[in-house]
Amino acid sequence: MSHAQGEAPLIHMEGVEKWYGAFQALTNINLSVRRGEKIVLCGPSGSGKSTLIRCINHLEGYQKGRIVVDGTVLSNSMKAIDAVRSEVGMVFQSFNLFPHLTILQNCTLAPMRVRKADRATAEATARRYLDRVRILDQADKYPAQLSGGQQQRVAIARALCMEPKVMLFDEPTSALDPEMVKEVLDTMVGLAADGMTMICVTHEMGFARQVADRVIFMAKGEIIEEAAPETFFSAPQHQRTREFLGQILQGH
Amino acid sequence: MSKGFGAAEFLFLLEGLKWTLLLSAVAFAGGGVFGLLVALGRTAPYAAVRRAMAGYIAVFQGTPLLMQLFVAYYGLALLGLKLPAWVAVAIGFTLNASAFLGDIWRGAIEAVPRGQDEAASALGLHYGQRMRDIVLPQAFRIAQPATVGYLVQLIKGTSLAAIVGFIELARAGQIVSNQIFEPILVFGVVGAIYFCLCWPLSLLSARLEAKFAAATR
Ligand SMILES: Nc1ncnc2c1ncn2[C@@H]1O[C@H](COP(=O)(O)OP(=O)(O)OP(=O)(O)O)[C@@H](O)[C@H]1O
Ligand SMILES: [Mg+2]
Repeated sequence: MSHAQGEAPLIHMEGVEKWYGAFQALTNINLSVRRGEKIVLCGPSGSGKSTLIRCINHLEGYQKGRIVVDGTVLSNSMKAIDAVRSEVGMVFQSFNLFPHLTILQNCTLAPMRVRKADRATAEATARRYLDRVRILDQADKYPAQLSGGQQQRVAIARALCMEPKVMLFDEPTSALDPEMVKEVLDTMVGLAADGMTMICVTHEMGFARQVADRVIFMAKGEIIEEAAPETFFSAPQHQRTREFLGQILQGH
Repeated sequence: MSKGFGAAEFLFLLEGLKWTLLLSAVAFAGGGVFGLLVALGRTAPYAAVRRAMAGYIAVFQGTPLLMQLFVAYYGLALLGLKLPAWVAVAIGFTLNASAFLGDIWRGAIEAVPRGQDEAASALGLHYGQRMRDIVLPQAFRIAQPATVGYLVQLIKGTSLAAIVGFIELARAGQIVSNQIFEPILVFGVVGAIYFCLCWPLSLLSARLEAKFAAATR
């Protein structure tokens, strides 16, 4: 793990609270992510994992606290949101590829619209990242013609085409057939090896052991525990973490 | 002066057809533009805009087209707007078409999965870009059968313009029929002309549907 000492964190969340109406989805979230750091976020269903990472690129607003991404304070202003979104890539559980566009067009759209790249440049970038996720030969197909694993790798390439500084993954393998999980995880491991800053919501504990610098456990909208993977798995501090790990490991 | 159904009678019908086509085209073009605005307003992130558009749709779907044409034709004149009859009627049809197309497209926009808009947002696309590049292209595909269905209704519905004195296709048929006393023949021809207009549209729609389905499957 390489990071300059004393460097400002890439993502900084401080006392973040979020409500859906009267329901509090996040309570006092404090989280700093250094450049190049890999975080795995886990916890029971409904614990607020998705909500937390969706606050980072303002797919969800938050009501209290502060989020700073690469020096930009994330407020409700369009300018701040734009600045943050151009540095933050996101991969969804359900892929969310654009079904009416080809794989290549999926990857060139945002660079052309948001970064104002010309088509040739955008396509060259897209081909580079599609090659990196080993799917370049499918560039002219439509998403529905690809398998789930292939689609998710395209989704990763699409996000990378914006050359983000950090990648958010929300259960990227949960919607996949078991035999396709590995190809997506391998892609993510490769990304991690290249030094990408990553926050991954996942229950793939093998991936967490292999890649994570820190594992964070959430329950009921709060961060309950965080530790390096060795410590997290071998000596969880909290009862709820132990129960959760018990369930997860049983399921696998 | 009955003389049977000849070239002159047929030309008279075609003259009526011209108005049917013109009114349909204007109403569909106007309804397309304003209907899109209605659909966007109906799905806008502002509650006041949504409510206003819902009210507009309710009024124009909930009252007879005939009455709307009367209001457009006589009402605008009462307001002191001296418009040619066909403009007034075109406005009436446009307002009506905007409500129906707006509601069809509202439903289609809402049928595009939320994740599409979210993924586009996460990539940094703004509202206009998300609508133009992601949401509307998918919504129009979803709405295409209903849209063509409405267009067919609209073409046939232009016959209501006869009520304010327009001699469009159906009215022209009535006039010819009254002259030559051959209602079955004349309305058979009129019906065939409507059919020749509407049937290809339905065919085209089915073809497009199949094409889109193939491209995304
Ligand atoms: N749009 C919303 N409106 C109201 N409540 C919501 C909304 N989105 C999420 N919630 C609630 O907030 C809580 C946290 O949801 P979130 O999706 O972040 O959980 P999660 O940890 O990602 O769960 P899962 O593992 O099932 O994905 C849940 O109780 C959920 O019901
Ligand atoms: Mg979730």
